[in-house]
Amino acid sequence: MNNLIEIRWHGRGGQGAKTASLLLADAAFNTGKYIQGFPEYGPERMGAPITAYNRISDKPITVHSNIYNPDYVVVVDDTLLESVDVTAGLKETGAIVINTTKEGEEVRKFLKGYTGNVYAIDARKISEEALGRYFPNTPMLAAIIKVAGIMSDEALLKDMEGSFKHKFAKKPEVIEGNMKALELALKQVKKI
Amino acid sequence: MGIRERLSGNEAVAVAMRQINPDVVAAFPITPSTEIPQYFSTFVANGQVDTEFVAVESEHSAMSACIGAEAAGSRAMTATSANGLSLMWEMIYIASSLRLPIILNLVNRAVSGPLNIHNDHSDAMGVRDAGWIMLFSENNQEAYDNTLMAHRIAEHPKVKLPLMVCQDGFITSHSIENIELLEDDKVKEFVGEYHPEHYLLNKKEPIAIGPLDLQAYLFEHKAQQAEAMNNAKEVIAEVAADFEKLTGRKYSFFEEYKLDDAEIAIVCMNSTAGTTKAVVDKLREQGVKAGLLKIRMFRPFPAEEVAKSLEHLKAVAVLDKSDSLNGMGGALFEDVTSGMYVSGKSVPTINYVYGIGGRDTKETDIEKVYTDLAEIAKSGKAENPYRYLGLRREGE
Repeated sequence: MNNLIEIRWHGRGGQGAKTASLLLADAAFNTGKYIQGFPEYGPERMGAPITAYNRISDKPITVHSNIYNPDYVVVVDDTLLESVDVTAGLKETGAIVINTTKEGEEVRKFLKGYTGNVYAIDARKISEEALGRYFPNTPMLAAIIKVAGIMSDEALLKDMEGSFKHKFAKKPEVIEGNMKALELALKQVKKI
Repeated sequence: MGIRERLSGNEAVAVAMRQINPDVVAAFPITPSTEIPQYFSTFVANGQVDTEFVAVESEHSAMSACIGAEAAGSRAMTATSANGLSLMWEMIYIASSLRLPIILNLVNRAVSGPLNIHNDHSDAMGVRDAGWIMLFSENNQEAYDNTLMAHRIAEHPKVKLPLMVCQDGFITSHSIENIELLEDDKVKEFVGEYHPEHYLLNKKEPIAIGPLDLQAYLFEHKAQQAEAMNNAKEVIAEVAADFEKLTGRKYSFFEEYKLDDAEIAIVCMNSTAGTTKAVVDKLREQGVKAGLLKIRMFRPFPAEEVAKSLEHLKAVAVLDKSDSLNGMGGALFEDVTSGMYVSGKSVPTINYVYGIGGRDTKETDIEKVYTDLAEIAKSGKAENPYRYLGLRREGE
């Protein structure tokens, strides 16, 4: 793991990209790292494109700007591929993780010649199977943690169980489903 | 020692307020400071504080309620941003002239119009001559620490002035970052109890506060306010020394970052100072002698100390996150250059107005400033001192 990892999230309002970036910050914080998690606030409304960011480092982080050359990009909704320049500034040594059922060229044609690694995950299928509803952020969180090597699968599952118990204190019935979504996502994220 | 946590800037301030447990909090919500009273009201509802929380109908009333509470002899706090501060404006002056040590957390945002909810410093600059002590914070940690030090400074018998702690809206107020918190009992002991000398609810000393004050006295009262602001410097230093003993975290009037042997330097406030530090580190690796002076104490302004700290430089850039629209430069630029001139120090100095309305300030923007400074250092000439940074020109 590099000393500083920068991640950019693309999602649509209501899909939980901001929450996922905050949960990622939490998870990395719990491994002893210095972290930043922040959304780019605009005129939010359900369905509008939104951006969120993470910085994760072994050293204190002083930069307070948006991220322009991320190591990783997470796309929570593949309909954004047509309208948002998701690979802008993305390092070729990094990777992009996309919630999609599309394969190979079908995805790559939107990535403007990006030559780095591309990962896909069907977060809808996982979420509907594990939770019975479409909340893509939990599978995407597991996928980026795995792809970026932020922590081991075991450490993630142990840590997130604690986070979910805290976050869903008032609706404990969703904890099991979220844990299952994490497990499935860790298994199913694949390089395309 | 200390508690390792991760909090947003707003959460950090709300936690500080919980630990301080003031008698009264009166607030009206406005982006991006809304979360401060929101989190605090949860602490009230949960019984974690015994504060009287007044959910007022406007910011004018929020400051009025704080004035009433402080005049009665209690501790009062509030939080606001931008137009909320504008609506308080009448009462902001009354708070300071009545010598009431109210603590306000100002989460900096652009003042309308047109409507913009994002960060710049135009709200703070609008009250820079209102007689409030103003401390600026680079990140969540500094916003928390400045809030913990606030009452000791403001309530000191030689000061008795209101104090505002500033931090950048969204950039730090809504960013989750690492922070080291103090234990509740240590905060309680550090902040101490408030025993005002004069107050309305003291039945042994019936007094009036804020009556008519015409030609015979107002001038003298204003001079006393000015004297209190001068005294604040020494008290701010004393409180910071005690705070350092407690936490190991050192706070001065301003922070000098790699400035000792620097040839070129930036002067700025709040979160941009953090981005500038990262750029200074990069430039130092390339052999460029770059430095930073980050203002923490903006009111009272440490003019002499700043001038002394900058006198060895070959070129200086002052960054203002607010345009004074006066044809000559931003407020911080005026303060720094005026301090230099009066102290007889002459260093080529330029001004950049930047980051207006939340325009993101990138590392490459800061690098550009140092590139300009290197040229000025070489030529010794600071032409066109009133400049913009990050402004889009036609076609961009």
